[in-house]
Amino acid sequence: MNNSKHHIYLDYSATTPLDDEVSEVIRMHLRDTFGNASSIHSFGRTAKALLEENREIIARSIGAETSEVFFTSGGTESDNHALIGRALAQRRTSGKDHIIVSAIEHHAVLDCAEYLRTLGFRISTIPVDQNGYVHPDEIEKLITDSTCLISVMHANNETGAIQPVKEISAVTKKYGIPFHSDTVQTIGKIPVDVNDLGVDLLAVSAHKVYGPKGIGAIYIRKGTDLDPILHGGAQERNTRPGTENVPLIAGFAKAVERAEQNRDTLFTSALQFRTELLGIITSSCKGVINNSSGTQSLPHILSISLDPSFYEIESETLLFNMDLRGVAVSSGSACTSGSVQPSHVLMAMGRDIKTTQTTVRFSFGKFTTIEEVKSAGNTYCSIVQSFLKPSIV
Amino acid sequence: MQNLPVYMDYHATTPVDARVLDAMMPFFSEHFGNAASLQHRFGWIAKESVDIARKKIADAINAQPKEIIFTSGATESNNCAVKGAAEANRSKGNHIITTQIEHSCVMESCRRLERNGFSVTYLPVDAFGNVSVDKLANAITDKTILVSVMTANNEIGTIQPVSTIGKMCAARGILFHTDATQAVGRLPIDVETMNIHLLSFSSHKMYGPKGIGALYIRSKNPRVAVTAQIDGAGHEYGMRSGTLNVAGIAGFGKAVQIAMEEMDVENERIFRLRNRLQEQLLKIGGATVNGNCAERLPNNLSVTFNGVNADQLMTEMNDVAVSAGSACTSEETGDIQYSRVLHAIGLDENAGKSTIRFGLGRFTTEEEVDYAANRIQSVVVQRREQTEVVYNEHQI
Ligand SMILES: Cc1ncc(COP(=O)(O)O)c(C=O)c1O
Ligand SMILES: Cc1ncc(COP(=O)(O)O)c(C=O)c1O
Repeated sequence: MNNSKHHIYLDYSATTPLDDEVSEVIRMHLRDTFGNASSIHSFGRTAKALLEENREIIARSIGAETSEVFFTSGGTESDNHALIGRALAQRRTSGKDHIIVSAIEHHAVLDCAEYLRTLGFRISTIPVDQNGYVHPDEIEKLITDSTCLISVMHANNETGAIQPVKEISAVTKKYGIPFHSDTVQTIGKIPVDVNDLGVDLLAVSAHKVYGPKGIGAIYIRKGTDLDPILHGGAQERNTRPGTENVPLIAGFAKAVERAEQNRDTLFTSALQFRTELLGIITSSCKGVINNSSGTQSLPHILSISLDPSFYEIESETLLFNMDLRGVAVSSGSACTSGSVQPSHVLMAMGRDIKTTQTTVRFSFGKFTTIEEVKSAGNTYCSIVQSFLKPSIV
Repeated sequence: MQNLPVYMDYHATTPVDARVLDAMMPFFSEHFGNAASLQHRFGWIAKESVDIARKKIADAINAQPKEIIFTSGATESNNCAVKGAAEANRSKGNHIITTQIEHSCVMESCRRLERNGFSVTYLPVDAFGNVSVDKLANAITDKTILVSVMTANNEIGTIQPVSTIGKMCAARGILFHTDATQAVGRLPIDVETMNIHLLSFSSHKMYGPKGIGALYIRSKNPRVAVTAQIDGAGHEYGMRSGTLNVAGIAGFGKAVQIAMEEMDVENERIFRLRNRLQEQLLKIGGATVNGNCAERLPNNLSVTFNGVNADQLMTEMNDVAVSAGSACTSEETGDIQYSRVLHAIGLDENAGKSTIRFGLGRFTTEEEVDYAANRIQSVVVQRREQTEVVYNEHQI
């Protein structure tokens, strides 16, 4: 059961396999560049040089200064750092205690907001429309004198909806409030430039762009006051302690570089895959609800729900059957607790619980082929059809 | 010497063992799944390998697998243990006891707690680097909720009376955390017999990759409450969110397994090499060993060379990689311009700045030891002659 050799993988938004070139870089540095980058001897200096070289690559890729990029253990830590670090710093200095987050943020942002609520911070949530988009004027309504951070992700991991980040930053700038954007799903897929987007904080992760798990970065615009969330040594210019993970950082930078080279080609092929898949599904299944129908969306993601009045099925059964028939997809929401929670993203878009519980997220990547997409689409349709309510058949 | 420079800084970090590297590589490509993708087999395979590593790591310290949470390293583990336990147990009290020689991540976590209304006692240590259990007992108040004492020090190697402290804390109903980053894989650790509630360690100190560590959190007798320090999708039983570093975890598991299997034989070898180095260095004269020679990490050697500046010594001896102290000291050292640890054992600034830390390890050879001893001898003698000349000229 646990053989994945001939399986079709359409869950690239959960994680990605490494590029051979990336795993080779990591292997080489794990073997050879083992020094502690904070040591002053030659082993340390070699590691330090590699660290800084790769920081520069990451910084350049997002249009940042090298001194504004700090390595973390991944997207989750970066989001935590942005929210908690900002909140605690503000509480200490200005007493501002209000944070605004969108309703469709990743749990890494939402759970921090909840944690901050327990510490006495006030949290406001920006609603989204039925296609999953935040409207900048909704944010303006929520801003108060004590707002110290606004967090809206670049593209949503469940639906692919790309948020109007530039328009949002126009608002946040008007009020002089720092703006955090989670770009974990967009880095390497669409252009991410901190100045173009107008963000002050940004979270990235390597493993969504054919890089390793366990490494990411936070961008902190110069002058943005932020407390560290981890305390210890002076690494990362006193912003993030812990022995620097130089081999994975080298892999991260290589992955980002490669992703940028392939970005346009992959965007085009993903678009083709999504069109093909959607075509197959809508032409052979009844009661299909497309959660990724917005015009501004990542073509790499297609989220489909089913009208519960047509079907007697939940996504868990659907996904299990998909896997049995050789296709790996997901419901799109976190399942770390063992049971699938109703998606907060789809709920925020106004779907009812029953509908959200029929959802399958397909996500494509660089090793996806059109044959795989067709095969996955046909498998999906044949499973779905077998669960049509008798009254419908 | 064939492989120059000689690496003798194994307390700072260690090279990845080739067997560990082999164990990691499949998880970058073939088995790349997300361990939280429980809806398909790519995820199941990843999760299975995480489970296997978790079991190996738990076994190494006699814990249950569900008591181990993976972190990005010992810095994070220590932050989570100290700040997390303090936060979660605040209703019971606000006093914490630690020592003056903890790693900066324990120290700075405590400082942060002080700013948030906790009070912290930083226990002194004796000339050998040991905390006094009596002093610890006397420092306990009815507000004390946590004691954090490292298992073995990263600069001078001194091993603390962890079992005794554990027993006392258990009897008084106080949580006991120990930073075992330098100890796991080098000393036998048993969280049951040692009465440990929280224990931190890191893969890169035992021939595993950087960026992965673990925190042991006792689940019964008592069940220890800790507030998560990184929130999100609820990985690691809600204690630490973030996509698991599957390759790193697989490597960590393998590293721990190897360290445990080879510990006895390896310790004997390292012990002999360390003593050989120590003997040769002491022959130089004007050299003293720091730490507790009876209760010391077998791979540690901290030596003060009178009248020789350690930084200069290291610059001139660039073919032997050693250090003057911890690689990751924090900015907030206060008034002390040299190692906090050396200050705590009573070395003055001059002695502190004349101290070299040697860390031996799995790939250290006798030839390297002899080479290093020779090099140090010649540089030390040379430096002393030069200062002597300057000194004499000054006198005239
Ligand atoms: C939008 C978004 N933010 C944050 C994360 C968390 O990143 P990481 O898995 O690196 O912790 C993810 C992925 O899991 C994500 O999709
Ligand atoms: C005793 C001790 N604790 C904690 C740490 C921190 O470990 P890491 O670098 O894995 O965060 C180190 C090493 O740097 C250490 O020696």
